[in-house]
Parts: sequence; structure tokens; C-alpha cells
Amino acid sequence: MFESISDKLTTVFRTIAGKAKITEDNIQEAMREVRVALLEADVNLQVARDFIAGVKEEALGEKVLNAVNPGEQFIKIVHDRLVELLGGEREEIKWAAQGPTVIMLCGLQGAGKTTTVAKLASRFKNQNRRKPLLVAADVQRPAAIEQLKILGQQIGVPVYAELGGDPVQICAQALEVARMQGADTILLDTAGRLHVDDALMFELENIVARTKPQEILFVCDAMIGQSAVDTAAEFRKRLPLTGAIMTKMDSDARGGSALSLREVTGVPLKFVTVGEKLDALEEFHPDRMAGRILGMGDVVSLVEKAQAVVDEKDAQAMQKKLMENTFTLDDFLKQMNQLRKMGGMKSLLSLLPGIGQALKDIEIPEKEIKGIEAMIQSMTSDERENPEILSDSRRRRITRGSGKTMKELGDLLKQFGEMKKMVGKMGKAGMFGGGGMEALGNMLGGGAAGLPGMGGGRSMFGSKKQGTKAQRDIKKERKKNKKKRRK
Amino acid sequence: MAGFFGKLKAALKKTGQVLNTPVSELLIRRKIDEALLDELEEALIAADVGPRLALDISEQIRQKYRNKEIEHAEEILDFLKNMLAEGLAAETEMSLGRNPDGPTVILLIGVNGTGKTTTTAKLARFLTDQGHGVLLAAADTFRAAAGEQLDIWASRVGVDIVRHKDGADPAAVVFDACDAALARKLDYVLVDTAGRIHTKSNLMQQLEKIHRVAGKKIAGAPHEVLLVLDATTGQNALSQAKLFTEGVGVTGLVLTKLDGTAKGGIVIAINREIRLPIKFVGLGEKETDFAPFDPHEFTDALFAGIATTEKEG
Repeated sequence: MFESISDKLTTVFRTIAGKAKITEDNIQEAMREVRVALLEADVNLQVARDFIAGVKEEALGEKVLNAVNPGEQFIKIVHDRLVELLGGEREEIKWAAQGPTVIMLCGLQGAGKTTTVAKLASRFKNQNRRKPLLVAADVQRPAAIEQLKILGQQIGVPVYAELGGDPVQICAQALEVARMQGADTILLDTAGRLHVDDALMFELENIVARTKPQEILFVCDAMIGQSAVDTAAEFRKRLPLTGAIMTKMDSDARGGSALSLREVTGVPLKFVTVGEKLDALEEFHPDRMAGRILGMGDVVSLVEKAQAVVDEKDAQAMQKKLMENTFTLDDFLKQMNQLRKMGGMKSLLSLLPGIGQALKDIEIPEKEIKGIEAMIQSMTSDERENPEILSDSRRRRITRGSGKTMKELGDLLKQFGEMKKMVGKMGKAGMFGGGGMEALGNMLGGGAAGLPGMGGGRSMFGSKKQGTKAQRDIKKERKKNKKKRRK
Repeated sequence: MAGFFGKLKAALKKTGQVLNTPVSELLIRRKIDEALLDELEEALIAADVGPRLALDISEQIRQKYRNKEIEHAEEILDFLKNMLAEGLAAETEMSLGRNPDGPTVILLIGVNGTGKTTTTAKLARFLTDQGHGVLLAAADTFRAAAGEQLDIWASRVGVDIVRHKDGADPAAVVFDACDAALARKLDYVLVDTAGRIHTKSNLMQQLEKIHRVAGKKIAGAPHEVLLVLDATTGQNALSQAKLFTEGVGVTGLVLTKLDGTAKGGIVIAINREIRLPIKFVGLGEKETDFAPFDPHEFTDALFAGIATTEKEG
């Protein structure tokens, strides 16, 4: 949907490449592109304006070299500054030195407070060895209490709720309940409102006064627009917020509100939520967020997504097979299904920089995948292990079973044979499943769709270089900076 | 309805004010110049119209000024209002589709947290008030207690509901609901689906299946696929509208939470880019805070704040 800002700035800077320095005059157009990129990501107008002024100041006088791509050089300045503003010190949850820790979540309706409460509790229980208690302080929304109870059951965490009670009373009472149950972490799920209203704020203020939370976390929908700033400022005015959580980050929202939030509230972003499952909660990474706001894709997330779907043991077994070149049609099918689990090829590839645009015109033949699946599933396990035994009569049986033609089956086997040869060569490089992934891409798109970032890809619609090079440079530079700091 | 639009105006006053503060001040007794056009562009961006469309609009005004179609800054407001209303009114299918031969099936879809369940209840109330027989289908079998939530609404509104166990196949719920509506000779089946992120293809396929199953049971079903959109959403709303339309053929929008700090500018953007009619707006937490979308009343209300200040000024 959006052209990558790296691509655009590369074009913009082409015109000023060769000039010695960045000046007020030659930077105008680049600044405009950055502004549009930020605004399309829903960064607040005022925040974007301040940010750009800062970048301009920093960039002026920088040398524009012919050797490196000046567009990417400029992107780096923008990116680094964004990371700096988004991040700073990473702050952990502040646990109470003595007694139970109280954590309150607040935010607008539909931001995802209840689900996030459960995700936090699950994380605290499993990773921090805490004993959480969930408190249903949303008595407004129909069945909100029921929802929290079910979620509590799913993660094995007790829930304290009272039907028709007063939220302030319930929260105060929860402290007592936690003491009796031996819970050390109390998570308060408060009610949301359509807009910030006085009655709700008063209720929240009272809950804070009675329970004295160590953490008050503002839950913010990653898809929110310009109004994020007003909402966050209002909450900040009335409540001593200590952090924020961005939800629905598994969408294609660029999440510019993260920058607005950070600027307006000053509180750190502590977590992001990335899916419907109750373990879909991650620490906030400023560098990934910066890349995302700028529309530069998110390669790290792609790799992590792959890791989440691919079982560690499976991956090792697969690697062994690749090394020994005993990769069968069965393994091939398995890999294809893993790709599917990762959310379809298109959504997966859209995470890659510079790809979104290229993808518009390229249909990834999901149908072809289905055809291949049908053919492999029509084979006996012997045939899948040793495709060499496929005689004509066996082949005829498979085509009848899968509804495919002899030619299609022949193509599959031929490509699989070629792939095996290639895997043999690549296997020793020790790449996890990479060979299979690329080979799969080759089979589908005639060499068009390897998957870089998965370890094996080479060609990526020809546009792999632009986006990722910027990111590589950024990484290189960051390493250098780290070294410098150490010195 | 007058009362409702009074409420709409009051609610949108906020929107008006957002546009109002900068726009009205800059519109009154000023020359049309670059600074004014810049400020106008920024005011539109602040209302979630989006940077490119905002630039486009201010460019149009620049052209009109050069062609002497607009001579005074005060005329800009009328121009904006007319342009917006015309764009919105160009969508002809404003009213709800109707199946002449049996129950009309309406799917409500959208990303998580936009207010699908509440909107389902509000739409049910709206239709029963008009004397129609309505059945709710609790096809969100995924979110914890979504079924309970709809159940509570069903009893508040006084309509029947078809519910399966949590985790059941939502298509099966729709299948049974269509059966029940046919047997009971009801007019509408409102299907509350689970929230889903628009980029997840497996969840999109689930919607397609619901779509197919409904069509097998009742000819032409679903007769409406309404995308429920949170009015506070920023530019991502465009992606939502595009991908859901590609996936399951959205026929119209319901704009919810319009009484928030929402600025409604996304309506303009979606109208321009995707050409989907807005069928209803949701304003508050009560089941009656809901009405068919009327482009003229809407734009009047949207700019009411500015007009008033202008008179006062």
C-alpha cells in the first residue's frame, strides 16, 4: 500500500548526490517525504513537525558522499533519531520491594485491555515466577467479567470478580483477597470508555488512591489516528502513568502513535501485543518500531514469526536431513504447511522491505501450492521417500488421485530432483531449513520467490537490495557506535 | 430522529471544534495565501484525513482561487462542505439491502475492538423498532465470553439468538441461524463475527466460508457485509477497508465510536479511495445511539462548529 520511504528518498537524493553537503535548499524535498511517511504512519502532526525540525538540524552540514547512497545515509539519521526518541532506557516492571505489586491497565474501549491483562499475567507467571491475581474492575461492558474469568482459566490464574459491585471497592477488596490467596501480583482490568469522561477518570483516580499501584499502564491500539495524542494527554493529566502497551501490532498498522505517545506522556513503551494467542506479548523494541513507522519493513519480526511456527526439534531434524541430503517429498510438504501457518505467503512477504509494492503485481499461486499438496498426498509413503520408484502406472494413479496431469506431476518431480541437488550443495552451509524454503520459492515462481531472512534466499523480486541494504547499514553503524561507546 | 441528530451534532461538535479552532480562525477575514493553505492542510491532517488527500484538497482550493471560483477565505468552508457531501452522496446504495424472498442475512465484520458486538445489538434494535423480526447469530466463537455478551444484548433488545459452544465452527452457527430464521419466518439474520486482523489470510478464509455457507442456505446471502470501523482509527482504516473488500466483498461501512475524540476525517479518505457507502453511524453506549448515515446531515453537523463561530465572529 505504501511505497517504502527508502525507495523514495533514494530517488530524492539521487538529484543531490554529488553535492558536497546537505543544505537547507537541497534537503527540502527529502524533508517533505519524511513528513508524509510519518503522517501516513499516524504520527501526530505536531510531533512530526518537532521531529522533522530536529532531524533537519542534525542533518545540515552532513557530507553527501558519492560512495554510499546519500538517501540511505539520510534515512539512517532519521531512523537513529526515531529509535532514540522511542527508546531510551528500557524499563522493566517495577516490582514492589515488599508485599504484592499492583499493576493497573487503562485505556479506551476496544484497545484490548482485558486480553492484555491476561497476556501480562501469563508472562509474569511463566517468566517471572510470580503469582498473579486478575481483578475484574470493568463492571460496565456486558460479559467483561465473564471474559476475564474464562481467560483466567485458560492461563491458570485466579480471578477476583464481584457482580454488580463498585469498581473502587472491588479493587480495594482485591488487595485483601490477594493476601489470603498468597498472590503477589495484582492486575486490575479497568473499564474503557468511548471518550475520556470525567466519571471514568474519577473512578480511576479513586482506584489509584485506594490501591497505590506500582505500575499504571496505558493500553493503546496501534491503529489509532491523530486523536491518540489528546487521549494519552488526558489520561496522563489525571493518572500517574508509568508505561504504555501497544496492541494489535500483528496488523499492518504502522503505529506512528507510539512516537506520539512517547512524546506526549514521556512514559516508556514496555510491551507490544502481536496476536490472539495468550502468549502473544513481546517486549518493545524501539529499532523495530522505528523501521515500521518509516515503512521499512520488519525483517526481524519475520524471522521470529518463522521461529514461532517452526518447532525447534523439527528444525534440527530438517537441518540434519539437509546436511545428509535425505530430504523427502514428505519434508517438503511439511515445510509448505509451515509457510502456510505463518499466515500465508503474501502477508509474510509484506513484512519485507520494498516488497509490498512489488507484491501488488505478483500473484503468489496459492492454488499451485494446493496442487502440489494434492499430488504429494496421493503418493504412498514409500513413493514420498523414494520418488525414483514412480513407474508410469504409479504416476497414473497419482494423477487420478490428485486431479493433476502427468505433465504437472513430471514437473513437480523434476523440480524436486533439482532442488535436492541444490540442497545437497547448500546443506553444508548449515542453514536452518533455508534450502527448502528457497527451493520452494523457485518451484512456485520459477526462481522468483526466495525468502531472504530465512537464510537461503537470493533473489527477491529483484528488490531485496534497496530496503535491506539500508537496514544492514543501520545495523553496521549501530555496532560501530556501540564499540565507540565502549571505548 | 431530530433528537438523534441533535446528539450527533453535539457529539460532532468536538469534530467541528477540531476543525473549528484552526479552520475558523484562519477562514475569517483573511487573504487566501500560501500560509492559509498550509494551515488548512494541517487542520485536515489533524482530522485524520491523511497527508496526501489533505494536500490534494488544499491544491484544489488553490486552483479554485486561481480560477477565481473562490475569492474570499469564507467561501472555503462552503466549498469543503459541498465537496464532502457530494462525494458521500455519490454512493447510491445507502440503504440496507433487502432479500425479497426470505430472511436478509447481514454479516458484521472488522478488526478486533471496533464494536462489532455492540453494533450488532444496535442494528437489531434499529430493525425491531421498524417492526422487523430479527435473529442474532453469535458467530464469534473465539473471543472469551463474546457469546455471553451478545446473549445479554439479545435479551435487552428482546430478540432471539443462535449460539454454539465456544470454539465451535462459526460457519455452523450461521448455518443453524439461517435455518432458524427460515423456519421462524424472520426478516433479518445479523451475524456477529469474531474480530480479525485484516492481514491474516487464514482468518479471511474463515469469513469466506461463512459467506459460502450463508449463500448455500439462503439465496443471495449474505445480502450485506458491513465493515465495522472505529472512527478513531488512523490511516490503517484504508488498508482494512481494502483488504476486507478484497476478501469478502464489503458492501458498506458502519462508523463506530464517533462520539470519541474521533475526528471522522477517515470518512473522507475512505470515501475517496475505496468508494464504499457508509450505512450507519454509532455514537454512544446505548443501543439507541445509532442511525442510518445521512451525508448532508453529517457534513452539516461536521462543520456546524465552524459555521457558528463564523457568525459569532
